[in-house]
Amino acid sequence: MSTAPAIPVRRIPALSGKRPPVSVILTTIILGTALAWSLAPDLFSSYSGTVGLPGNQLKSPSALHWLGTDELGRDLLARIIHGARYSLSGAFVAVAVGLIAGSAIGLVAGAAGGRTDTWLMRLVDVLLSVPTLLLSLAIIMILGFGHVQAALAVGVTAIASFARLMRSEVLTLWRTDYVEAAFGSGATFLKVLVRHVLPNALTSVLALAALQFGAAILQISTLGFLGYGAPPPTPEWGLLIAEGRNYMMIAWWLTLFPGLAVILVVMAANHLGHTLERRKA
Amino acid sequence: MHAQLVSRIGQSILVLWAAFTLSFVLLQALPGDAVLIRFLGGDLGLSPEQIAELRVLYGADAPIWEQYIVSLSGFLTGNFGYSVISGTPVATEILTNLPPTLWLAGLSLAAAALLAITIALTANLTGFAPLKAALENLPSLMISVPVFWLGIVMIQMFSFQLGWVSVINPGPWEQLALPVIAIAVPIAAPLAQILLRNIEAVSRQPFVQVARAKGAAPAHVLVRHILGNALLPSLTIAGLLFGELIAGAVITETVFGLNGIGRLAERSVRFQDTAVLQAIVVISAFAFLLINLAVDLLYPLVDPRLRRDDVKGATA
Repeated sequence: MSTAPAIPVRRIPALSGKRPPVSVILTTIILGTALAWSLAPDLFSSYSGTVGLPGNQLKSPSALHWLGTDELGRDLLARIIHGARYSLSGAFVAVAVGLIAGSAIGLVAGAAGGRTDTWLMRLVDVLLSVPTLLLSLAIIMILGFGHVQAALAVGVTAIASFARLMRSEVLTLWRTDYVEAAFGSGATFLKVLVRHVLPNALTSVLALAALQFGAAILQISTLGFLGYGAPPPTPEWGLLIAEGRNYMMIAWWLTLFPGLAVILVVMAANHLGHTLERRKA
Repeated sequence: MHAQLVSRIGQSILVLWAAFTLSFVLLQALPGDAVLIRFLGGDLGLSPEQIAELRVLYGADAPIWEQYIVSLSGFLTGNFGYSVISGTPVATEILTNLPPTLWLAGLSLAAAALLAITIALTANLTGFAPLKAALENLPSLMISVPVFWLGIVMIQMFSFQLGWVSVINPGPWEQLALPVIAIAVPIAAPLAQILLRNIEAVSRQPFVQVARAKGAAPAHVLVRHILGNALLPSLTIAGLLFGELIAGAVITETVFGLNGIGRLAERSVRFQDTAVLQAIVVISAFAFLLINLAVDLLYPLVDPRLRRDDVKGATA
């Protein structure tokens, strides 16, 4: 914990020399906390995320239970901490699916051009033509309910934007002098792609990945809320809100706090994405 | 111009056909069939003969290409098959559930536009810098709020705490108030962002300086000269907003217990009613393509700068 700073400052020229802005510090703290929670939840809470204490039901927030307890006497903060893993891993899988499949489509379309490009982009149009939530519902209907299934369904909805971004990056880079020079000095198609095109597209793709990460957390919590994600007693954040809904007249904390967790992480991921985007521009 | 239009429409039809085919492959061809899933459960006590009869009735026994032809010609004539849950035609289900969803979506869109314009105008007219900064950052908060959570928190606040909106037997308008706000908040966010960005860009145009030089008040310049120009580009995200409205309908109709297309979609997923979900998916894709087509055709009409062939006066 007390080792040198993990962020190599010299690689961020805009920030070197002066203190980073407050929003960057906040973003780092929020995402870092969520990541730590999902990796080692037991370090942050002595309570269990799934087993309740008898006689401890529906207690409002107190010094003992900072965010209160639910209908089974489970500590809400512990549940939120243990639930971070589901939101983060789900969003990670979703972004990975979108990034890998989408970038592959965009790369092939942009590099091959001609008829391949036309057909692949029509395929992307088809994916875009179905509203995001309906598309993920259709995927869930095939795959069934579950945490991984919901993550995959959200991932499919992210394919189109990655494909479009990657294609436009490839089309721009393809015309640059250094790519032409690389071809001229005898580099193979694959080598140009790996050595010149991919590294240059990286910042834009990472920015989109961060934005999609935020969107994926929101969508996964929605699917969890509707009951299509991880089953109870999983403390997934959307499911926590769905379960808290049954007690919304008497226990406001059960719905309020998991929602705040979602909002904070989504805002942090979006802010990271926009910061990366601005660095590119 | 005409050739361009025809090719544009042709492309949309091609995409729609591909969306239908994809949804057919995913929802009808892949998972065995809905009839087997629903009736083989055992608790209904049907004999294999009865199940075979049911499969004939729903057309699930035919070879897959024949089902495809039947399904495609059905969609072209407005016959979307039968719901395996209710047994009624899918077309009937959709027609009865469409009006409430259209009301919900229409009101939400109007509320979102109002909210976005209010944010953008207030941010530009206020002389109080902290308020301006807060309003400019508000959209990034609004876009991060889960609609279902906002709905529940509003029920807790306005129904249970304050008692403003009745939970039991609310009037037709009263029951729409909270869902409309819940949908409008995340939809207003991208609209407000576009408006804020464009008001800034348009403000730097020479004609605005002329208006100011003539002595027009800041509010007058903003509303009469800038706002219209800044609003136009929001047409380009119409398709995106449509998708958000559909998602909002699915979520709020479930949270608030309203009837509509969204609740129908939610139910169809819960009970593996593939015919219903496929119809909703394809009809939504149709609506999305129609909206984008309309925007493409309308944009040059409402923005005269795009009608001319030379792009001298046009601004991006």
